[in-house]
Amino acid sequence: MSETEIKPITMNFGPQHPAAHGVLRLVFEMDGEIIKRADPHIGLLHRGTEKLIENKTYLQALPYFDRLDYVSPMNQEHAWSLAVEKVLGIKVPERGQYIRVLFCEIGRILNHILNLTAFAIDVGAMTPLLWGFEEREIMLGFYERASGARFHAAYFRPGGVHQDIPEDLLDDIHKWLKNFPNFINDLETLLTENRIFKQRTVDIGVVSKEDALNLGFSGPPLRASGHAWDLRKDQPYDVYSKMDFDIPIGNSGDCYARYLVRVEEMRQSCKIIEQCINNMPNGIVLANDAKMAPPSRKEMKGSMEALIHHFKLYTEGVHLPEAETYTAVEAPKGEFGVFLVSDGTNKPYRAKLRAPGFQYLAATEHMCKGHMLADSVAVIGSMDLVFGEIDR
Amino acid sequence: MNNSTNKENDQFLSTIKSTIGKDIIETNVFFNDFQIIVPSKKIFDVLTKLHINSYFAFDQLIDITAIDYPEKPKRFEVVYLLLSTITNQRLTVKIYVSEGELVQSCVSIFKSANWSEREIWDMFGIFFSGHPDLRRLLTDYGFEGHPLRKDFPLTGRVQVKYDTDQNKVIYEPVNLVQEYRDFDFLSPWERPNNKEMNDTGDKN
Repeated sequence: MSETEIKPITMNFGPQHPAAHGVLRLVFEMDGEIIKRADPHIGLLHRGTEKLIENKTYLQALPYFDRLDYVSPMNQEHAWSLAVEKVLGIKVPERGQYIRVLFCEIGRILNHILNLTAFAIDVGAMTPLLWGFEEREIMLGFYERASGARFHAAYFRPGGVHQDIPEDLLDDIHKWLKNFPNFINDLETLLTENRIFKQRTVDIGVVSKEDALNLGFSGPPLRASGHAWDLRKDQPYDVYSKMDFDIPIGNSGDCYARYLVRVEEMRQSCKIIEQCINNMPNGIVLANDAKMAPPSRKEMKGSMEALIHHFKLYTEGVHLPEAETYTAVEAPKGEFGVFLVSDGTNKPYRAKLRAPGFQYLAATEHMCKGHMLADSVAVIGSMDLVFGEIDR
Repeated sequence: MNNSTNKENDQFLSTIKSTIGKDIIETNVFFNDFQIIVPSKKIFDVLTKLHINSYFAFDQLIDITAIDYPEKPKRFEVVYLLLSTITNQRLTVKIYVSEGELVQSCVSIFKSANWSEREIWDMFGIFFSGHPDLRRLLTDYGFEGHPLRKDFPLTGRVQVKYDTDQNKVIYEPVNLVQEYRDFDFLSPWERPNNKEMNDTGDKN
């Protein structure tokens, strides 16, 4: 029989597809079942956040950060608050720092539960998602009791957090924390040694350590490739330097390693939450500086000065001195950074948001090339994509 | 600008100066963030040096971004954010670019530059020469203009709707029911380019 050359087939995937994690459109060039080229088309959720922030005061810009990576909103707010604090030179009270770290770690677990269970459903396991959402509901309840909102919290503010947590919240978090490791164990019994799950993920989408660095990876995907790098340890912010926790490292850099790293990260987050609860100091939660942070309600009732400060802060807002800074936090997905250019007015001149998922998606072709079509779903699932932050 | 007097920082800066040498136009330090400004023609060489030099070992290009200053003769500033995970050091490299000027792409050094450069082309209209695939990234298919330029209106220029007569999605000029309200809270004494007035006025 004579050989015939098969023309590559162009195949469209998404933007409305359950495995596309939102609004991803992928254009594949296929040779039979093998992916030759993968070209992600993004921007379907582009809302112009950076442009909008240029037209808002520093406080008004903060809620936009909840809407970037809407799976772990407070971690994004943290980056913005730290950036503004850095330029203004505000020191956050210790209790405020502990509360922020506590909620960042709850956010990390929230994020990892959604990612791991959605990843599992992508490759065929349905139960983890149903179990995981029960836990997420409880944690979102904690968010709600602290900030009043389940998702779009706007809780972290430059100078601390908006208000103190209710008295019994720490006890309730502690109670939940005692049982939560059982959930992680249950999740692992479903997935870690599951034959189908392993067949779908082991040796799929392998990224070497060198490639991971060059491709701009950070967070769990970089650690799964065997590079010990975590901003919470290497460039600590708030009270992370006082916390005792480990950084899990993978060594194969495939989808399975990324799964394992995230599972272990949830256990480490539990450890940090426990330390936060045990060491939570008393005191104020928002910097006591009338020019930077709003005065307390009680003060406003009696003091004319406080009333004026409150009015000025919520209409005109604070003025930031001229500076160009880059501030990054270890968001659950990786390094989330804010490049802030302030020009001395009450609005940022430019704010560039560095989303970790952006670089992972850019590497889709690198990870999918040579794999089967069905493996692209596993690769996308393991990258932890949320289009709110990629499209901005 | 907080000029740090930390010894290690000084050493870092002087090593950068000796490595890149005469190509540095200016160095800045903002709250321990180092920034060097280099000529736009040299950006590829500078990034290569910083990447392969084992003292700096900048192994990650975190992001590339741009800032638009329409009133300046060289309108754009392109900012490269570098990170070394080995020495745990960050560095910002900046170039000045005028409108229509070509910037050499650095995708061959850092693959992560690929989408960042596409985004800048999309958002600012800065063209990168030698980029493998410089298409628009975030905006709509067939979009016109570069949204993050300061002269691009916040509301955009077109809006889309589904036209029932033509049975398709159509574009039409933006029609706002209410004009965009821009509250200007800056008192004339506090404007940034009015520093002299600020200095003479009483500070309260």
